[in-house]
Amino acid sequence: MSQKKKVMATVVEQKQLAPGIFDMWLKTEIAADAKCGQFIGVYPEDKSNLLPRPISICEVNKEESMLRIVYRVAGEGTEEFSHYTAGKEVPVLGVLGNGFPVEEGKGKKAFLMGGGIGVPPIVQLAKELDCDKQAVVGYRDNNLFLKEDLEAYAKVYIATEDGSVGTKGNVMDAIAENALDADVIFACGPMPMLRAIKKYAADKGIPAYISLEERMACGVGACLGCVCKTTKKDHHSHVNNARICTDGPVFLAEDVDI
Amino acid sequence: MKNTKVTIAGVEFKNPVMTASGTFGSGMEYGEFVDLNKLGAVVTKGVASVPWPGNPTPRVTEVYGGMLNAIGLQNPGIDVFIERDLKFLQQFDTRVIVNVCGKTTEDYIDVVEKLGDTNVDMLEINVSCPNVKEGAIAFGQKADALYNITSEIKKHAKQPIIMKLSPNVTDITEMARAAESAGADALSLINTLTGMKIDIYKRNFALANKTGGMSGPAIKPVAVRMVYQVANAVKIPIIGMGGIAGAEDALEFMMAGATGVAVGAMNFINPYATVETVEGIEKFMEQQNINDINEIIGCVK
Repeated sequence: MSQKKKVMATVVEQKQLAPGIFDMWLKTEIAADAKCGQFIGVYPEDKSNLLPRPISICEVNKEESMLRIVYRVAGEGTEEFSHYTAGKEVPVLGVLGNGFPVEEGKGKKAFLMGGGIGVPPIVQLAKELDCDKQAVVGYRDNNLFLKEDLEAYAKVYIATEDGSVGTKGNVMDAIAENALDADVIFACGPMPMLRAIKKYAADKGIPAYISLEERMACGVGACLGCVCKTTKKDHHSHVNNARICTDGPVFLAEDVDI
Repeated sequence: MKNTKVTIAGVEFKNPVMTASGTFGSGMEYGEFVDLNKLGAVVTKGVASVPWPGNPTPRVTEVYGGMLNAIGLQNPGIDVFIERDLKFLQQFDTRVIVNVCGKTTEDYIDVVEKLGDTNVDMLEINVSCPNVKEGAIAFGQKADALYNITSEIKKHAKQPIIMKLSPNVTDITEMARAAESAGADALSLINTLTGMKIDIYKRNFALANKTGGMSGPAIKPVAVRMVYQVANAVKIPIIGMGGIAGAEDALEFMMAGATGVAVGAMNFINPYATVETVEGIEKFMEQQNINDINEIIGCVK
């Protein structure tokens, strides 16, 4: 377990990948401890927006001490981030959360599933997983992002809501249309997608590791803001409410009530 | 050597800086960031007689210069707390103040009695959480109810008790006097201010609980004003809190009349805020040639 820190990171570069979707590389010492499925807290400069924004790690470059985040502009904080250019100093908190258990995929046939802004953590997951990798990713329309990044590590299947690319529909439709199967699932995306994956995994009798999100304040497990219902007693409060920031954000689907 | 020690109800603290209940867990999480030995005290998250699940999510949301929370006092209950959290805290050279919550007078007494056999230094009685429907705030918004619960708890408590006051009242000095006359050893204020945020795109409340407690730098002037009012209304010592981000804020509270100060929501923004406040106070004393921190308590009349 690495020590969490709040440090200054430096923007190396930033570009826009799709409408409202930004891609930023940060130089920071916390990259040394980062792994797939973890996240960082990024602080806006505007002091009226105080809380760190939890953003998933898209890619880790340990040699150069860099982290890549791909995020959607969702409010004033992320809007501010989207204007940052190379050299900008940014306070970050991290690395946070437990990440994906890549050892559970070793030697298996896996689905790596991402939906919308849940796609970014799938890139680092694809890099770290040592197995037969099928990335099944869903987007709203033909404004795809990170497709080429995923193709470097996995066979990629695309679903779009409007049918403009790949399967028309969602990631589950893409699995059906391509007659795919797997022994294990790793996923990040919107709640309806995660619910469908949980059901699919239960029907097939395979494990699914899903990454959850919730409104957060501290990001380190102290405030108890970002809990999710669990089927077993959580180890912190013993009330079936686990902390997404520290007990997760990745959970075995059968362990959470979503 | 400058003196940073303060004494509250006979308990000596190495410095006046504490953590505000609910923002620091039992110190485990922030122990990764700061040396807990440097703090005057760790004030724990509220603990009840049995585990409480808390409220549905979303439980937190950001507002201008602060945040709203409606955690609903999720906690593991007193037995797990004593076995695990207290054992953890006892490794450190800092005072331990346990925040006690309950739905009924009996709930509070149960927790207070179980803590009586431990070496906890003080008890902070939470009669001001705005986010639970029973107990808590119901005891903290009427002077006679506050008087009754304070005197009941005082009968059973082995440690000195601090009554934590709500700002969501017409006249906080009336509440402070009621607690003092019922035997409270100290007061802490302010708990959060009840607020609301509406998500205009979802046409819904930002918090599942509809309302939440506001904290953060935006509430500091209200808190300083209330500490000043209460300091002029009672003789028992005060622990001041509400938006403290660093030493300058903490010193404002002390000059307004607080003997102790607590860093709350700002821990979430700056996990080093507590220790930076301790160091900032020492630096201020050096610069201003203050030999004893007690000189500045209530110096603004």
